[in-house]
Parts: sequence; C-alpha cells; structure tokens
Amino acid sequence: MNQDLLLFTRACDYEWKIKAMKFFQRKKTEINSSSMADIAFLLLIFFLVTTTIQTNQGLSVTLPPHSDKPPETLIHDRNLYKVQINSRNNVMVEDQPFESLEKLHAEVKEFILNYGKDPGLSDNPEKAVISLKMNRGTHYKKFIEMMDALQGVYYEIYGERVGLTAEQFRSLDLRLADQKAKYDRARDGIPMRISIAEPNKVN
Amino acid sequence: MRVFRTKHANREAAISTAALPDIIFMLLFFFMVTTVLRKSDENLKYKIPTAEQLKQIEQKSLITQISIGTPNDSERFGSEPRIEADGRLIDVKDIVPFIMKEKDKLPTYSRDQIIVLLKADENVPMGIVSDVKQELRKANARRIIFAASWKLKGRK
Repeated sequence: MNQDLLLFTRACDYEWKIKAMKFFQRKKTEINSSSMADIAFLLLIFFLVTTTIQTNQGLSVTLPPHSDKPPETLIHDRNLYKVQINSRNNVMVEDQPFESLEKLHAEVKEFILNYGKDPGLSDNPEKAVISLKMNRGTHYKKFIEMMDALQGVYYEIYGERVGLTAEQFRSLDLRLADQKAKYDRARDGIPMRISIAEPNKVN
Repeated sequence: MRVFRTKHANREAAISTAALPDIIFMLLFFFMVTTVLRKSDENLKYKIPTAEQLKQIEQKSLITQISIGTPNDSERFGSEPRIEADGRLIDVKDIVPFIMKEKDKLPTYSRDQIIVLLKADENVPMGIVSDVKQELRKANARRIIFAASWKLKGRK
C-alpha cells in the first residue's frame, strides 16, 4: 500500500516534471512581423501619391509703386529695348520679328553693356530699360518665356562681374554677409530694369 | 547514378529582408514630413510654366499664395480663368482686402516685405495676370514671384 502510493506520487511527480520541462522548452511567443513591411509600403505609397513638394521658386520681380496716373518718363529711344508680344504669341524685338532666344540673349547683353559706344544702343547700364509689352490675350507661358530670357541676361552679367555663373549668382544667400557683399557688388551700377508695361486691350 | 552533393548545395541563397521595414519606414517618414496637405488644389487646376532663371525664396513666412487657373467645377464657376486665394475663389477687387488681411498676420516691421507667390496656369491670358498685378501694386505688395518649375532642357 505504502509502496503503491510512493510509486504513484513518483509517477505524478515525473509527469509534472515533463510538463514543466515542455512548458519551458517551448518556443517563445512572438508577434509575426513579416507583414510590417507591407503595412509600411502601403503607407509609403499613400504619401508618395499625395505628396506635392511645395516649391517657392519662380521668377522674382519687384513691381513699381502704385500711382494713379502713368508716370511721364521720357526715355531716349537708344536707351529703350522693346520686346512686344501680341495676342497670338508672336514676338517683336526692336520692331523686328523675333528669331531665337540665343540671338535675343546676345543682343540684349550688347544693348546693356554698350556704354555709349554704338549710337543705336544704350548710354550706360543705369539708363538702359528693357520694355516688355504684351496684349491682354498673350499667353502667360509666352510672357514667362521672354521674362526668363531677359532676366537670364542680367543674371549672367551680374555673375560675370563677380566670377560666378548665372545660376550661382541666383542662389546667393543674402542673409550671409559675404554673399550679400558679392550680390551688391555685382548689381552696383547695373540695375535690373525690366519694365512690364500694361497690356493693351486692342487685338 | 548517385549525384554527389556538397553540404551547402541544398541551402537557398536568401537575402536578408530584416532591414526592409526599417528602410521603408525611413522613406515613409521622409514623405510624411515633406508632405504639405494644401487646401488650394480644390478649386482650380493649373500647370505652372517652366523657366530657367528660378530663384528660391527662403523667407517662407512672408509668402502669400495667389493662384490663377481654370475652375475644376466648371458647371458652378464657369470655364473662364479665376483667381484663388486662401482656398476661395475671389474677384479682382477682393485682392486688396485679402493682401491687407495677410499683411496683418505678419509682424509690423516686415509688412511691406510681403512676397506674393503668383501661381498661374501657363495658358491663362495676360489680361487677368496684369489685373492682379495692378491690384498688388495698389496693396503695396510689390515683391512678386511668378511661380515656375525647372525647365529640364537647358538652352545651353
């Protein structure tokens, strides 16, 4: 009897031991993370699709102050370089049909940096004015194209004065003193005078 | 005939993908941070022109956006180009009050340095752009950025 009980308890003991061993030997439970990448992908695709990276870049222009009557400025013909665009997006440069942007670029540069040599071109860069005149029906795209070309000439001139390319000049950071000094030195005596005239209403 | 196999022949060459979620999460965070959810895309559709002489404006706090384009909902707003500011379609005469309101949000010393980012569709006529420009002059907001995107094919 006693012997039986002893055997029984031993058996129980043994069974318990096996159970305990099995319990501790079994694998640790873990969260299956293989779908994590898929979830992240989904979110990624959502943000990729909805993202519009905000750009604050464009052609920088400072408008003249407002006045009720148009200013009576007399500009000598030699100091005025006329670029006109009609409602069908045809361009006239100095009363001649527009040929190419390269030609315009070269001509405007010559016009600004004439310093009185050629009597048909400007007296000096300070007096030189480039007049960009449009029709109300002119496409904005064409205006931007011409504006871009004209500003490009000035930026190139500025860049050349301080030994930079036009692109480097444009990206000068005016908050830094040395770069601001360069910027001022480049612009000294050559103001960017691109006049955007009121478009006329006649077609 | 028995084919001799080396011990490693059965093993598959597997690229460890353990770091994949991390990479994806990094990309995810980048896009989450750069995403700007704007309300201004609702009313107008516009495609800004391309240009080369772009300037990046750093003083973001001074920038106010005005867009010009054709309305998405042409049944309600027609198909003529319209002006939009602050998520609403406005008329030309509303520009001056709008700019004044925006100026009031800026600190006193920088009110006249307000920069207007003019986002216009490349096909709008210059008439409406010019009207906006005149109003901006009246409101003494004279710094303008004609928004343009980078032209890929360079002239030189």
